[in-house]
Amino acid sequence: MTPPRGFRERLCLMDAARLDRTLSRMAAEICERHPDTARLLLVGVHTRGVPLAERLAARLPARPVVGSLDITLYRDDLTTIAPHPLTRGTAIPVAIDGRVVIVVDDVLFTGRTVRAALDELVDFGRPARIELAVLCDRGHRELPIRADYVGETVTTAREEIVEVRLSAQDGEESVWLLEPGPAPVAPPQPAPAPELPKAPQLVVHRPAAGKAPVKKAPAAKKAARPARPAARKKTAPRRKR
Amino acid sequence: MSAPFPHRHLLGIEPLAAEHIVALLDTAETMREVLGRPIKKVPTLRGRSVVNLFYEASTRTRSSFEMAERVLSADSLSIATATSSVQKGETLLDTAKNLEAMNPDMIIMRHGSSGAPHFLARHCKASIVNAGDGAHEHPTQALLDALTLRQKKGRIEGLKVAIVGDVVHSRVARSNALLLTKLGARPILCGPPPLLPIGVEQYAPVTTRIDEAIEGADAIMMLRLQRERMSGAFLPSTREYHTLYGLTVERVKKAKPDVIILHPGPMNRGVEIASEVADGPYSVILDQVTNGVAVRMAVLYLLLGGGGGEA
Amino acid sequence: MSDRLLLRGGRVIDPARGVDAVQDVLIEAGKVAELGPKLQPRGAAVRDVAGCVVAPGFIDIHVHLREPGREDKETIATGTRAAARGGFTAVCAMPNTTPVNDSAAVTRFVMDRAREAASVRVYPIGAITKGSLGEELAEYADMQKEGAVAVSDDGRPVGSALVFRRALEYAKGLGLVVIDHCEDPTLSHGCCMNEGPVATRLGLRGAPAVSESVIVERDIALAELTGGRVHIAHLSTAAAVDAVRRGKARGVKVTAEATPHHLLLIDELVREREYDTATKMNPPLRNERDRLAVLAGLKDGTIDCIATDHAPHTVDDKRVEYDQAAFGIVGLETAVPLALDRLVRAGHLTLVQLVERMSSAPARVLGLPGGTLAPGAPADVTVLDLARRARVEPETFASKSRNTPFGGLELTGWPRLTLVGGRVVFDAAEPAV
Repeated sequence: MTPPRGFRERLCLMDAARLDRTLSRMAAEICERHPDTARLLLVGVHTRGVPLAERLAARLPARPVVGSLDITLYRDDLTTIAPHPLTRGTAIPVAIDGRVVIVVDDVLFTGRTVRAALDELVDFGRPARIELAVLCDRGHRELPIRADYVGETVTTAREEIVEVRLSAQDGEESVWLLEPGPAPVAPPQPAPAPELPKAPQLVVHRPAAGKAPVKKAPAAKKAARPARPAARKKTAPRRKR
Repeated sequence: MSAPFPHRHLLGIEPLAAEHIVALLDTAETMREVLGRPIKKVPTLRGRSVVNLFYEASTRTRSSFEMAERVLSADSLSIATATSSVQKGETLLDTAKNLEAMNPDMIIMRHGSSGAPHFLARHCKASIVNAGDGAHEHPTQALLDALTLRQKKGRIEGLKVAIVGDVVHSRVARSNALLLTKLGARPILCGPPPLLPIGVEQYAPVTTRIDEAIEGADAIMMLRLQRERMSGAFLPSTREYHTLYGLTVERVKKAKPDVIILHPGPMNRGVEIASEVADGPYSVILDQVTNGVAVRMAVLYLLLGGGGGEA
Repeated sequence: MSDRLLLRGGRVIDPARGVDAVQDVLIEAGKVAELGPKLQPRGAAVRDVAGCVVAPGFIDIHVHLREPGREDKETIATGTRAAARGGFTAVCAMPNTTPVNDSAAVTRFVMDRAREAASVRVYPIGAITKGSLGEELAEYADMQKEGAVAVSDDGRPVGSALVFRRALEYAKGLGLVVIDHCEDPTLSHGCCMNEGPVATRLGLRGAPAVSESVIVERDIALAELTGGRVHIAHLSTAAAVDAVRRGKARGVKVTAEATPHHLLLIDELVREREYDTATKMNPPLRNERDRLAVLAGLKDGTIDCIATDHAPHTVDDKRVEYDQAAFGIVGLETAVPLALDRLVRAGHLTLVQLVERMSSAPARVLGLPGGTLAPGAPADVTVLDLARRARVEPETFASKSRNTPFGGLELTGWPRLTLVGGRVVFDAAEPAV
């Protein structure tokens, strides 16, 4: 999978094992709060939220109903240059009135996607309660929205991207922090080392659609660092400028 | 990230590439789901203004566009000839300039003169959607027919589609023949020679025998016999027309057993189509109505920015 | 300016006398006085036209000056100024004005206005029938006495074969030519372009080529029957060219003209320009086969001359829906550069042929004075600068109207100087003359 144009991998926030553990922990938290999980409605937000909702559902003791939400028609940025293809659709298989609905998404960023999802959901009826589960909360909220279940909270720079890669869509299981800059064609030159260090191992993959604010990349001043898994929760290093 | 939808206007099927027709149909599928929701309204086009400018009587197309605008929360204004200064002899240019002053994002136009939407596109900043111009094109009708076909048959490619009747006066026939050819179907045009314009072979194979057109067809599109446009003596009588070209139960039997019958409406029962056929099991008129709204929502959405083109 | 002028060093082309040589031309008292190498000015003003072509004044026998009645579109003053600017020294004014020029009074009005305001010679054409309604003959002799040089119901074809027969017979007695706009309105009613695949694609009603040729055939048969002289206006189809060719071969007194637009454009343009009403005229632009036949007819002499069918219309008459728009385009200010660039430079006609088809041939067709630079002839002269390259700029037209599909086209070969009776009516060096 290749990062979007103008971005390169900076840091691996979760590898496959960690992602798996995180989902299990989130499922446990949901179960703790709502023991009768069969009554729940998990609604994944397209694109990455849908498989995440499925996976959470599979980890719950009694399988809840799973739906999907395409919030494109509820976006507030229709006129930006990027096209918003509308082919995925919304599917809410049961009446939502009186139910507990958990909206599932991969990354919580500005909060605008969640705002749109909430608007769309309430057009389907009046749920008893709506909660939010996200795999990764990266900060920079533009709306007063918070998640009820968070896989990992990460400190990021505004212009960076958190990319969730799932095997069905992307052929791998990981969460990456991307930074603006050209893809590293030549390996970085650390100090006056006479020997070239080995280039970071890059996996071939597709970009995640529609999640990241696509911005022009500022000229990169730093070479990509070799990837390594994030050490601990809430301690992902913030890039120095 | 998919490529942007490159068109700002929808003047006809002719300028559209197959992939953009498919994008319109795919988008329309999603829109159809919205029409099945408890609250049939999404905020997508909030604050956008759309003018429906109808110079010809139209119930179906106009109400379909108005419904699409409402579902997408656009602000819309409908002007029909009977209630506008058109009756007082205002030119199309003056009307266009007046509308322009209201700064609409889109103008949807039905007009009796072929090319009138092109004229409007030259003189207005708004996106122009052709809702039928003269005998030229009626792109949204062809799109909704295609959506219906795809829904009923699961595909469009390879389908034999008979288009029967008053081809010379029909914008629906032209748009449908163009669209079906672009998507790999096999349209065949059929009608009495006076109703087949010179050079009509450029669209599709042509026959004057209805049985040949219907033979093994997956779908039959019956064209309305436009009696109000029959300024010349095209045919001796509608009775004889029905004998030679009317779609009867007997004739339908020559088509595939699962044939579907489309008609842009309004129908002349007993002329181009027998009542038993019109009311029969192959009729998909009601699907056409729902699909009409969905397709028009897709057009509004893609042209007004959802397609990522210049908005 | 003195009444003596010496055009020095130009290439004189005078097809009527078979002259094509570098000569000086001395003009005196409005007439050609002397031609020859290295003439002495003897006090005449000298214009150096070395490198240019000096030709007999071009004559456009098919022009709509719109006066009286539609002075918002064109007047005798503006139309003839456009003619001068376009290299023409004489124009024939079609009678479909308001009122129609079907009487001596209207003919006299046109002649009077021309004397007051015209930049070039104006020869009125009278109507074939009263009001051009196709029913009763107009008074040809009266109109002829006032200056009418031919009769035509241009724009309103004479539907009745009987009336057309009587017109040919009556005009024959007066030595007048009957010019017919050949179109069977029962076949072309409500049409706004050529019938064919393009019209079908655009959903516009098309007039078949036959709507022209069927009347051309009729007119030639009637000319043959009556011995009268018929001139076919703006011929546009292969079948009509063929009819004229056969008629001429039989000795029928038939002549024909073609317009630059029918020689150069085809119906595909209506589609290319997306219903631009500057592509709408009558007869309509035909298909490529027709265009090539018209071009071949012009080359082999079946078609005698080029005429513009200059048809000025206001913006309001053109900036409407295609099927509502007025028919016709202006042609006086584009005909010569189009012909020089697209016919001569393109190798379809020789320069001598072109000069013939725009000067001596039209004069011969209608029996008009001019068309030659013979000593003693009126000093109507068109000087052409074959090297000048310029863009067609409708906004600079002298005509009141700008309805042309040729705007923006870059062409090589333009009028340099236009002289009528020895007087300079257009000078490219001083466009404001």
